[in-house]
Amino acid sequence: MKDEICKAITRRHFCGGGLGAIAAATMMGAARASGRTDPMAPKRPPKPAKAKNVIWLHMAGAPSQLDLWDYKPKLQQLTGKPCPKEFLEGKRFAFIRGVPNMLGTMFKFGKHGQSGTELSELLPNFRKVIDDVAIIKSMSTDEFNHAPAQLYMVTGTPRFGGASVGSWATYGLGSENENLPGYVVLLSGSKTPDAGKSLWSSGYLPSIHQGVQCRTQGDPVLYASNPKGLDRAGRRQTLDALRAVNEQHLAALGDPETMTRMAQYELAYRMQASVPEVMDISREPKHVLDMYGAMPGFRTEADDADDPRTLYKGTDAAFANNCLLARRLVERGVRFVNLYDWGWDHHGISPGESIDQTLPIKAQQIDRAMTGLIQDLKQRGLFDSTLIVWASEFGRTPMQQNGPKQPFIGRDHHKEAFTVWMAGGGIKGGQTIGETDDLGYYIVKDKLHIHDLQATVLHLLGLDPWQLHYPFQGLDQRLIGPEGKATIPKRLLA
Amino acid sequence: MRKLLWLLALPWPGLASAAAVDFAQQIRPILAKNCLACHGNDDKSRKGGLRLDLRDGAFADHDGTRAVVPGKRGDSEAWRRIIATDPDDRMPPIDTGKKLSAQEIALVGTWIEEGAPWEDHWSFTPVKRPAVPASTWPVKNAVDNFVHAKLAREGLRPSPQADPVTLARRVSLDLTGLPATPEEAEAFARDPSDRAYEALVDRLLTTPAYGERWARVWLDLARYADSKGYEKDKPRVMWRYRDWVIDAFNRDMPYPQFTLEQIAGDLLPKAGPDQILATAFHRNTLTNDEGGTDDEEFRVAAVKDRVDTTLQTWMGLTMGCAKCHEHKYDPISQKEYYRMYAFFNQTADADLSSDEPRMPMATPEQRREQERLGQEIAGLDKQLDTVAARAAKARAQWERQWRSRWHKTSAEPSKLGPWHTVGPFPVPAGRSAMTELFGPEETPLDFKQTFTGGLRWVERDAVKDGDLAHLLEAKRGVIFLGRQIKAAGPRTLRFTVVSDGTMAVWVDGKVVAHAAKTASVTVALAAGEHRLLVKLATGEFLFKVDGEELGGEPLEVARALLSKKEKESQKKQDRVVMEHFLRDHHIEGREQVLALEAAREGKRHLEAGFPSIPIMKELAQEKRRPTFLHVRGNFLEKGEKIEPGVPAVFQPLPADAPPTRLGLARWLVDPRNPLTARVAANRWWAQLFGSGIVETEEDFGTQGAPPTHRELLDWLATTFVDDGWSLKKLAKTIVMSGTYRQSARVTPELHAKDRFNQWLARGPRFRMEAEMVRDAALAAAGLLSHKVHGPSVMPLQPEGIWSAVYSVERWVTSRGEDGYRRGLYTFIRRSSPYPSMITFDAPSREFCSLRRIRSNTPLQALVTLNDPVYIEAAQGLARRMLKEMDAPARQRIAHGFRLAVARSPSEKELQPLLELYAAREAHYRAHADEAKAMATEPIGALPDGMDAIEAAAMTAVANVILNLDEFLTKG
Repeated sequence: MKDEICKAITRRHFCGGGLGAIAAATMMGAARASGRTDPMAPKRPPKPAKAKNVIWLHMAGAPSQLDLWDYKPKLQQLTGKPCPKEFLEGKRFAFIRGVPNMLGTMFKFGKHGQSGTELSELLPNFRKVIDDVAIIKSMSTDEFNHAPAQLYMVTGTPRFGGASVGSWATYGLGSENENLPGYVVLLSGSKTPDAGKSLWSSGYLPSIHQGVQCRTQGDPVLYASNPKGLDRAGRRQTLDALRAVNEQHLAALGDPETMTRMAQYELAYRMQASVPEVMDISREPKHVLDMYGAMPGFRTEADDADDPRTLYKGTDAAFANNCLLARRLVERGVRFVNLYDWGWDHHGISPGESIDQTLPIKAQQIDRAMTGLIQDLKQRGLFDSTLIVWASEFGRTPMQQNGPKQPFIGRDHHKEAFTVWMAGGGIKGGQTIGETDDLGYYIVKDKLHIHDLQATVLHLLGLDPWQLHYPFQGLDQRLIGPEGKATIPKRLLA
Repeated sequence: MRKLLWLLALPWPGLASAAAVDFAQQIRPILAKNCLACHGNDDKSRKGGLRLDLRDGAFADHDGTRAVVPGKRGDSEAWRRIIATDPDDRMPPIDTGKKLSAQEIALVGTWIEEGAPWEDHWSFTPVKRPAVPASTWPVKNAVDNFVHAKLAREGLRPSPQADPVTLARRVSLDLTGLPATPEEAEAFARDPSDRAYEALVDRLLTTPAYGERWARVWLDLARYADSKGYEKDKPRVMWRYRDWVIDAFNRDMPYPQFTLEQIAGDLLPKAGPDQILATAFHRNTLTNDEGGTDDEEFRVAAVKDRVDTTLQTWMGLTMGCAKCHEHKYDPISQKEYYRMYAFFNQTADADLSSDEPRMPMATPEQRREQERLGQEIAGLDKQLDTVAARAAKARAQWERQWRSRWHKTSAEPSKLGPWHTVGPFPVPAGRSAMTELFGPEETPLDFKQTFTGGLRWVERDAVKDGDLAHLLEAKRGVIFLGRQIKAAGPRTLRFTVVSDGTMAVWVDGKVVAHAAKTASVTVALAAGEHRLLVKLATGEFLFKVDGEELGGEPLEVARALLSKKEKESQKKQDRVVMEHFLRDHHIEGREQVLALEAAREGKRHLEAGFPSIPIMKELAQEKRRPTFLHVRGNFLEKGEKIEPGVPAVFQPLPADAPPTRLGLARWLVDPRNPLTARVAANRWWAQLFGSGIVETEEDFGTQGAPPTHRELLDWLATTFVDDGWSLKKLAKTIVMSGTYRQSARVTPELHAKDRFNQWLARGPRFRMEAEMVRDAALAAAGLLSHKVHGPSVMPLQPEGIWSAVYSVERWVTSRGEDGYRRGLYTFIRRSSPYPSMITFDAPSREFCSLRRIRSNTPLQALVTLNDPVYIEAAQGLARRMLKEMDAPARQRIAHGFRLAVARSPSEKELQPLLELYAAREAHYRAHADEAKAMATEPIGALPDGMDAIEAAAMTAVANVILNLDEFLTKG
């Protein structure tokens, strides 16, 4: 026989089993005091935790690490020269064919902060917080197409069906605020990222752990608004009647599942109030909005374009607004906030996807916002308990993407080396980890794999990346993959 | 440790009776969970040469020690190790994180003492028909005997039969996915006899809704969707396969045929379109249209998915892990995985964006229309022959004249070079984009030329003739398009240019259109090169060639007149010339040819509209792919060469079966296959009872849950086969049982003894699946469409759900009846599934899913409370309550309650609803605008004579009724 926990999950309704008494207590309003036992109830981490919440910023499309973080003087000298053969043999590229030319950055780099960390001129604001972050120049992956690589980064498997890191976090830890979803997803860049909503799917984990997309237009959470003609008081009246009739049915049939459902309706009612409240950034004072470059009610014509990229402006506030929302969410106890910003795929084949034209615009969109996020979390005392991850699915090649129709400057996908940064709860800031070779092609020091990043995030939350698993399809599924090959870089930790 | 030994010294309470330890139920799960990762089938990870998945391994002599010595735990190394106190000796090792409980240790000890009886894994042994046990309680059929035997053992007793109305609702939902109407339920309540129940069941099994309900189940397994997956996630036309599944269920196609056609319909002798359509089952795999992907990588992924899906769907086996290494728990080697893979590695599909191979799959109506048009054309053809004979002389003369003038000219079509663009050129403030000169219009077209601001000409493959192009950069200024035209001889060229703003068009520097949105241009071109230039101030652009003439005749006629080809094509060309002559140069023939052309155009149009469905197609012999083992699952790392074959633990391929998908399909439905019938019977049981006899429907291997009623499952499986593998009979057998018909009431005693109802002392009760919730709400509202078959539809969905990258697809809300089709027909885009469905645990169909785990969340409450689909349903139900019951509110509310859950409400249930109605009515009386919104948005204007205030208040009541636990639950 299987153990009780497993059973409660698999047999019958998954919230159902045995929740009866507690659910009833919740319903009667006695709720919080006695604690929750639903799957989203906060759980004590099995190991000491350094961070309580995570804000994960994913730049979908893959920004060029060579033009933002990883400066290569040697590459500058080689610009325009053909790429040495040894870098091409046996390699699969997405678009590069034949022998491409090397491409140094066209942007200036400088050393900043006490740590003297190198940084591109495209990120002028980020200098202010450079001593708070750990830059990792030695991240690597195995996938070189967007959708599989994005899935790999956040679910640990390059195919569909895996559970995302946010789902794992709430599966392991629940969430502090029962009136808000435990795992929230926010999008910018006017498009859903390449792998779609599967990126915040709970996969094989129970569906309650799937990410909930909070939207800045329309209903903040789908169907949170009452229908026109039914205000909140009216909704309360309907729910009172619903509860009264359900109680009769419960008395007749005695199914504890009925009680659970009644509790869920009360929770939904509370969410209807708490979600719009947290999503309303117009309540923030001007100096806080300015810190991020946020603009309440921001909309851009790019949102309605089939291809929004040529309509991007550096002052677009969508990502900044989401950073501010991320702070509001973790402040209220939401366990995991995942931002996706699309539009970073700079191949150089059109003005909207180029290093020379688009990258400066995209960099401007995130520079002040991510700086403001760190500053704001610090001034509120949330920085030490919130882990921030800035990443993408892979990096870009040190070679210029070639081809007969390349009117703009661009780089192809690169899985061998790219840059991510981490900051906040449990991270030792003001340092750079890892090194790439003179061309920025391969990692020569402290090579990390995305499974290591995933393991580190779980570890900082007090979860054991090797032990946290879920049985599915004959395997113990884990975020770090079935082989469990991951290491936690000690140097990274505070 | 002392404590542990003390525990062991005591007789274990659960084993106090004489009942022997059951190896399959009690010991194998302990081994599987704790030992087999290192002592299992995988010889690479096997430690100490010991394997405990096989009897011979466990009992083998290893240099004088034996893991298990039957009857002597003291001599058994396994026993010594599991009770060892020294961490170096102790099993399982501490670093595995696994630990045996005291109870488990005791069980193993007792089992060894009892002689260590060993039994092969139950589901891999042949199905035998068990004897039906006796029961002391009344039974309806043998299902009950098996269930009662377990109940007696557990000290439980069966519940009384559910009340007839509840039972009618339950069985209707289960067999058709739709709630019983109040009339049906009441009719059964008047005569709740066994005979009447059977008649009800038989009737439900013959409704078309039956096929739709069970197709839903199958489509989860088939990972059916209307899009291709991955980045662009473009639409894919697959709905004809869904039609096929619905029809197969409604015709009660025997399971073997159902299997053969889907796995290998194309390989069946004399395969017809329906058999080939069935193979779309395995074309539901994802294709990756993302730029820069390695097609082979994703073809391989699709083939692996087919292996996994086939074994999961038919045999409940999870082979996923054997892709990379030996299966740790079940006796399936990595090599055996790739032997299965080899069966599927020979189809022509190869992750192409076109999804080829595809085949036009006309609907039955389309096929009939096609036949009719074919006959009409044949008739007209014949008539034309007679006219042609009469006109032969005139035609010969016309041909001679034309040829004498043009016989030395080439009739090759003009070559239109690729489009180039340059721009955007900023338009100076206060100037007109059309009259301002920017450069390209001033000089002869030269693609090497550069302009102010460093602007250069760029070749644009994406601009295709006949397709609308979106040239976004034109939003920031003026852009130019240019191309070369090479004429092989003197020509008249006709073409059309369309834009969404004004534009100008030049041919060889001469303005041919100006300040127009649409220009139809006719130009005479001498042989040689010409230049076409278009100036555009907005981004939409379309160009198409309308025709080309030589010597006043269409080019294709000219080519026929000039050609000197061999016989067959001459005949065709002669026909082209003949028809052209009769139409354009002959009064008598003209009408005839026009009629023929119209009929042909009609047929072409019809056939172009045939849904073109991806299908399975075997590669030709010379193109067959060799199969290699993929080392660590990596397709680039080839291991040994592999031939098709089946895992050795199961029966071999039938003697006369070919080593193809067809042979594999026959192997799946071979009566000797121990799993196929069991898995199917278990699946149908799980649909009806909410949980399978084997709870892990997806895993019948050693890691899966053991069956709660093994004999019952085997009895169902053998009955299923004996009944000709009829799925309708299988469903009927289950729903005719007394067990199914029991009341679902949970007494405190039942809750204490069997919370999850695994022993079935009460009837099934669980929340309906996503599609059923939608269908039931629309049915209660009187809105549900009963149309069967057809393309997927797009019911109401919030704005902004579809925003996939590199995609211009739009959700276009279906109008009229199509807005109210059953949930089964809702368009499934994998990357953006229909939100309310996934909230209710529907999978997004990216891979085969055998079981939907039911959740109960606040987001579900928000869907049924506020989703406009459910508000519309509440409005529909409210209108029925007002219209169909011309009586006081009390009767109206009772009527709505019956429409939703089939039974009448009690006084205590009615009271809160009446109070709600009164409160809302008072409120709406004071707030007319709110009343109007509540009564009409989104459903539309009220019918004549209906009062908005009453309708709004009743909508609030209906909204409550459609959210009742009882409404959302099949009970």
